[in-house]
Amino acid sequence: MSAATTTKNFSVTLRVWRQAGTKQAGRFVEYAAKDLDPNMSFLEMLDVVNDELTLKGDEPIAFAHDCREGICGTCSCTINGKPHGPGKGIATCQLYMRSFREGDLITVEPFRAEAFPVVKDLVTDRSAFDKIQQAGGFITARAGSAPEANAAPVPKPDADLAMDAATCIGCGACVAACKNASAMLFVAAKVSHLGLLPQGQAERDRRVLAMAHTMDELGFGNCTNQYECSAACPKLISHDFIARMNRDYLTASVRSVFKVESASSGGGAG
Amino acid sequence: MNPIAFLFRSSIGRKVLMAVTGVVLIGFIIGHLVGNLQIFQHPDHLNGYAQFLHQLGPLLWVARLGVLVCVVLHVWAATVLTLENRAARGAEAYAVAHTLRATLSSRMMRQTGVVVLAFVIYHLAHFTWGVADRSHFKENLAHYTMQSEYRVAGFPVVKAGTEVLDVHSMVILGFQSPVVSLFYIVAVGLLSFHLLHGIESMFQTLGWRSERWAGGLRKIALVFCAAYFFFNLTIPGSVVAGRLKQQSAHLVAVPGR
Repeated sequence: MSAATTTKNFSVTLRVWRQAGTKQAGRFVEYAAKDLDPNMSFLEMLDVVNDELTLKGDEPIAFAHDCREGICGTCSCTINGKPHGPGKGIATCQLYMRSFREGDLITVEPFRAEAFPVVKDLVTDRSAFDKIQQAGGFITARAGSAPEANAAPVPKPDADLAMDAATCIGCGACVAACKNASAMLFVAAKVSHLGLLPQGQAERDRRVLAMAHTMDELGFGNCTNQYECSAACPKLISHDFIARMNRDYLTASVRSVFKVESASSGGGAG
Repeated sequence: MNPIAFLFRSSIGRKVLMAVTGVVLIGFIIGHLVGNLQIFQHPDHLNGYAQFLHQLGPLLWVARLGVLVCVVLHVWAATVLTLENRAARGAEAYAVAHTLRATLSSRMMRQTGVVVLAFVIYHLAHFTWGVADRSHFKENLAHYTMQSEYRVAGFPVVKAGTEVLDVHSMVILGFQSPVVSLFYIVAVGLLSFHLLHGIESMFQTLGWRSERWAGGLRKIALVFCAAYFFFNLTIPGSVVAGRLKQQSAHLVAVPGR
């Protein structure tokens, strides 16, 4: 992305995927986006185009957005073939029109994955990620007031690494960028973020197995170790977490075979 | 789930299967190449080595079946994973194809894999079953008499004076066709290219790769693949270039003589 701020307004042509609903067939429609301020964000540009469409009585382009500051992961679409558009480590809302030039043809598509059905136009249903999270992306802890912060000591390098994984905003760019629509980077980030901390140890094996199996059931593809995911990730989460999850999964699956189970399952005090 | 089910049913399990069978197959091709490089020595070496392998009898079959099982599992896992990957993209593909950093080698794995599989079948038809080039097949050439004994790890395994199949002549006669040699060179080149991604990928799948040594791993994979290609190239290359000639005591081996 160019760091220089230019002030000269310019025009581009948008080629946008329009699809009325999940079951309907979609197609590309071209729109002229004129007199754009180079310092407006990509989403602001879409707002301007939508204003014009609304005034003309046309259906505005549906796109998902929320925080518009790169931390919610809602604004997910594929711009010129790259999830979140040109630029490294940004979400679509952090993409500025100065990344484009006068006369550019910009193709805007929804994230393409069987597990992320198109709801409308550029909006996809990414609740498959929620299902993976519900399978094990949590710790079972005593509810109540926050515990004393230093009760469970965490070495600084571990805390930093766990935080790198925890920066995942669940936008789905990894799936969209992957040649096979695999969710390995997302699952690896969620597995590692808790698996690296002492609080996550009790359920570590159960977590990695349950999350990986849910990922399989939801129809995501398989990792071919090409690292497109981490290159497209708005938080630049490393594919090293995938290697870590593979190791974790292997040891957990071997351990699960020899796991001793209580004869009085379901019992217990209280 | 039992551990076997993990390997065959889950995404990560199947990839582990790919990686582990890949390791065995890499081990096999290294041994195969080292054995074959004996062609540059006196014919006693390659012919004695071939005789030694045949003398292993049932053990040879155990090794062959082991390699066959690995090939079948590797191809099965690749096919299943690829079909799932195709389905995972959904009905609509991207209108704009864009690659951020996936290497050419990684994007060509399926194509290089298919060519290598076809090559392996041809190679067996050529030198093991003798159906591709019948006139130069070892069973149709004059027998070779060992001039010295062949030793493995210091132990004499084939005695001097033993009548053995003339593998040395078969290989040289087989590679005298530039078309056949070219096919071997291209196929082995594609195999080396396949391994370039395969080796790195194997480490990642088993969880033994990290950015800390990813650069080193890449260099090791590159050097290995370049060396593997070079040494394989020398055999048909030397024959086509006329540097490696039939040297056996029976200078001519006319089929059907």
